[in-house]
Amino acid sequence: MADALRIKLTGRMILVLVFGFLYLPIAVLVLLSFNESGLPTSWSGFSLRWYVALAGNSDILHAAWNTLVVAVVATLIATVLGTMLAIGMETRKRRSTPLEALAFSPMVIPDIVLAVALLTLFSRLNVTMGLHTIIISHVIFDLAFVCSVVRARLKNFDFSIVEASRDLGASSFTTFWRVTFPVLLPAIIAGALLAFTLSVDEFIIAFFTAGAGRASITLPMQIYSMIRFGVTPEINALATLVMGVSATVLLISQWLNKEQMTR
Amino acid sequence: MNERMPKPVLSVDTVVKHFGKTVAVNGISLDIRENEFFALLGPSGCGKTTLLRMIAGFEVPDNGVIRLGERDITRDAPEKRPLNLMFQSYALFPHMTVWRNLAYGLEMEGLPRGEIATRVDGMLKTTDLTALAGRKPSELSGGQKQRVALARALIKRPKVLLLDEPLGALDKKLREKMQLELKRLQNEVGITFIIVTHDQEEALVMADRIAVLRDGNILQCGTPQEIYERPANRFVAGFIGMMNFIDGEIGADALFRAGGQALACDVDGLKRNAPAVLAVRPENIRLDPAGTGVSGTVVDVAYHGLDRQLYVKTALSPAPLQVRVAATGPDEAAARTGAGVSLGFDAAACRLFQE
Repeated sequence: MADALRIKLTGRMILVLVFGFLYLPIAVLVLLSFNESGLPTSWSGFSLRWYVALAGNSDILHAAWNTLVVAVVATLIATVLGTMLAIGMETRKRRSTPLEALAFSPMVIPDIVLAVALLTLFSRLNVTMGLHTIIISHVIFDLAFVCSVVRARLKNFDFSIVEASRDLGASSFTTFWRVTFPVLLPAIIAGALLAFTLSVDEFIIAFFTAGAGRASITLPMQIYSMIRFGVTPEINALATLVMGVSATVLLISQWLNKEQMTR
Repeated sequence: MNERMPKPVLSVDTVVKHFGKTVAVNGISLDIRENEFFALLGPSGCGKTTLLRMIAGFEVPDNGVIRLGERDITRDAPEKRPLNLMFQSYALFPHMTVWRNLAYGLEMEGLPRGEIATRVDGMLKTTDLTALAGRKPSELSGGQKQRVALARALIKRPKVLLLDEPLGALDKKLREKMQLELKRLQNEVGITFIIVTHDQEEALVMADRIAVLRDGNILQCGTPQEIYERPANRFVAGFIGMMNFIDGEIGADALFRAGGQALACDVDGLKRNAPAVLAVRPENIRLDPAGTGVSGTVVDVAYHGLDRQLYVKTALSPAPLQVRVAATGPDEAAARTGAGVSLGFDAAACRLFQE
């Protein structure tokens, strides 16, 4: 009895330590972003002044806007292409292992490898780099994530409803918009939200494919350049905001995924 | 049986379908008549579902023609065919209510809203689904889903309704109820039904005519009674109902011999001095109180309420013969394990097959 209790308590303790290690720094960061004095050493009262300062920093606003443009456009393109790829892969009669590997690989290839490869490609082709090259690069890995989320849904998709729709007089075009698409929609949205969060805080690939100059700098790149002069309370506030957005989007995406599983 | 042949509403003419190297349907021809309840019966992999899917338009035959009335529909898309399929999995649209599921097919015809509403409400009433109109398929029981699927197909008023194992997912009690329900509905709406099933009992109960399929071929096509009483070959005999098989041979004297016993049967058209299989149903063997028949020993008894199934070991065959006797009455005494009995065969009901 005593042994069992001890094992249980030890397990608990390890769990607390691990999660503490993971989340304590984040908690501290969030807390400090509200610290009046801005000093990590003393708490001088709750304040939103660093958030106000953030709103007045044109560099950060510019970078945030760039990030939003990249994330939204890349997500839209990747969602359309990824959904089409997923449907194509799951409805074809014969499975194609090479195709599956190709669709899956951007998820597992290290970002740095993808980043260098894309940089080489773009400079080889003499493409002027900027937001558009970041978008193209983000589409590549976003596509893999959207595709795998939609494919997971298609694994337990009853394709006989597609046939039923045809049988009841609908063309294949009408069938897609009235049956296939609405049934897949939660998975498509979940995939899109996942792609969006990945794009928002992606650093390495954006850093390599943004080109020279500050014109196409994204938020993670902006934070990186700021942090070289030390962690300012402004960065804490910015990081808190980014985390808040990512967490919200991720939660919505998970909830949508669970919704469709229980259906 | 030999009444004037009505014009076929659907005809399948030497249709062939291969999947890779396997032959799914091997040159099948069929004429389905107006208002007929027709069953395609066979074990899994016999080609019955492939045939149904070709009629519905989801597979294109490699060869042969399918006609609906005078019209060649062999290569028409499913949505262009005035016939509907009720899917084995029901295939209800999960994101639509029962009402919208029913309305879908009519919307595709471009009917005015008012007419769609009238017809959907009418069909809901006919199939006793009015109370469920606002529910999603996930909120329905198996039996309810089955009725919605049927209603959704029937509301299109198809020339022919195709049903793919429509009762497969229901439990036994509900299945028996739905068998009669389907037959009643078919009479009521006056639509030709073609049903695919592997359940021989279902086919016998519901169908006007049955085609028994195996390995992509039709082995026999006829009324349930014809198929039950006069199976065309050994496979059909074994597939429909219960059957005893006795391996033996037909002697020069036109008697069937097995295990040193001789039985008088109809040997018309069969080779003499050649091996043959005798098929006889359990209800066509009776206990012979006079003791002049084939003697045997009861090795097992199964009680079925109205009757008993005896398993009788005889010299005729290595496996015990199944014999159906009334549960009460003169045969009651014999219905115990170890009892010695004498079996009489109903010669008219015995069938002989030669390969």
